[in-house]
Amino acid sequence: MSDHHSADDEGTARGAPQAEHAGFSRRGTLAFALRTTVPVFLGYTAIGLAFGLLLQRSGYPWYLAPVMSLLIYAGAAQFLAIGMFSGGTGLVSIAIATLLVNSRHMVYGLSMLKRFTGAAKPYLIFSLTDETYAVLTSTRIPPHVDPKRAQLYISALDQSYWVVASTIGALAGAFIPFNTQGLDFALNALFMVLFIEQWKASRSKLPFMVAGACTLLALVVIGPQNMLIASILGSIAILLVVRKGLPGNAAD
Amino acid sequence: MPLTEALIATLIMAAVTLLTRALPFLFFRRRKQPPLLGFVEEYIPPMVMLILVVYSVKDVKWSSAPYGVPELVALALVAALHLWKRNALLSIFGGTTLYMVVVQTKVAALIFGG
Repeated sequence: MSDHHSADDEGTARGAPQAEHAGFSRRGTLAFALRTTVPVFLGYTAIGLAFGLLLQRSGYPWYLAPVMSLLIYAGAAQFLAIGMFSGGTGLVSIAIATLLVNSRHMVYGLSMLKRFTGAAKPYLIFSLTDETYAVLTSTRIPPHVDPKRAQLYISALDQSYWVVASTIGALAGAFIPFNTQGLDFALNALFMVLFIEQWKASRSKLPFMVAGACTLLALVVIGPQNMLIASILGSIAILLVVRKGLPGNAAD
Repeated sequence: MPLTEALIATLIMAAVTLLTRALPFLFFRRRKQPPLLGFVEEYIPPMVMLILVVYSVKDVKWSSAPYGVPELVALALVAALHLWKRNALLSIFGGTTLYMVVVQTKVAALIFGG
C-alpha cells in the first residue's frame, strides 16, 4: 500500500549489519509492517473495544475476551458468539454458525497457497482475517523489505491490535475517555484504498465488472447476512466461465 | 450459558474457524496444484476487494435518514484523496475523520432532520 520510502528506512536498507539477507533490513521491514497496518490498528481498536465491552456486559469475566481473540480471531464470529453464548445456543448450532460466517476464508487461502511457506506458515494460515488478507494481497513490498518477514509481522501486528483492544474493552470499555463512534470506518476506508490499488494493478477490469454485478445481485436477492460468500462464489464461477477473455495465464 | 460451556464453545469456534482458513492448504498438500491456480491467484483478490467495499456498507439503512450519505460521502473522499495523492494513510485518515465528525456531531441529522 505504501510506496513511499521514508528517510529512516533508506538509511538501514543497504549493507546494514542487522540485515540477514543482502539488501533486507529487519528494522525497515518492521517499520514497513507498522506503517502498513495503521488502518487495521484504527479499525480493530474501534471494533475490538466494542466487542470486549459487549462481552463483559453480557455477564462474562473480562478474560474471556482475550481468550476468544487469541484463539478464534474472527470479528464477525466473535460478535455472533456474544448473542449465542448469552442466549444458550447449542454447541452444534454454534459450530454451524461459525462455519457459515467464516466460509469466505476458504477462498482467501486458495490465493495464498504459494505465498505462505516456511516455519510461519501455520500462524499465517490461522491469522488470515479479511483485513490481513486484503493488506497482504494488495500491498506492494518495497525492495529493502523482506517479503516473508513482512507477511508475518503484518499478520501478528493485526492480531495483537485485536487482542489488546478487546481486552481493554472488556476491562475498561465503559471508561474510554474519547468517543470512538465512527472510528470503525477506518476499515471501510482501508478496503476502498486497497480496491483502488487492485484496480490500478489489474491487467483486466472484467473481474471488477463481474464482482460488482454479483455483489449487488447478492445484496438484493440474498440480503446483507450471507451476501459475502454468495458474491465471492458467484464471481469466481462467472469468471471461470469467461476466463478466455482475460489476459495472461488465465486461459490455461 | 455458564463460563465453562462458553470456554468449550470458544474452543469449538476456534477449531471451526481454523478449519475454514486451513482447508485449501490441507486439500492441496498432497494433490498437484491445478493449472487454474494462477488464475485464482491473480483474479480473486481484486474481486474480493470490491466485494469487501460493498460488504463494509452492507448494514447501512438506505431507506431512512441519513440514507447512507455519511458513508457514501466519506468513501468518496477516501477514493478522491487516494486517486489524487495515492497515500494510503492520508486517504484513510481523511475519510475516517470526516465520517467521525459527521456521525458524532449529528451533522447528518441536522441536514436530513433524522
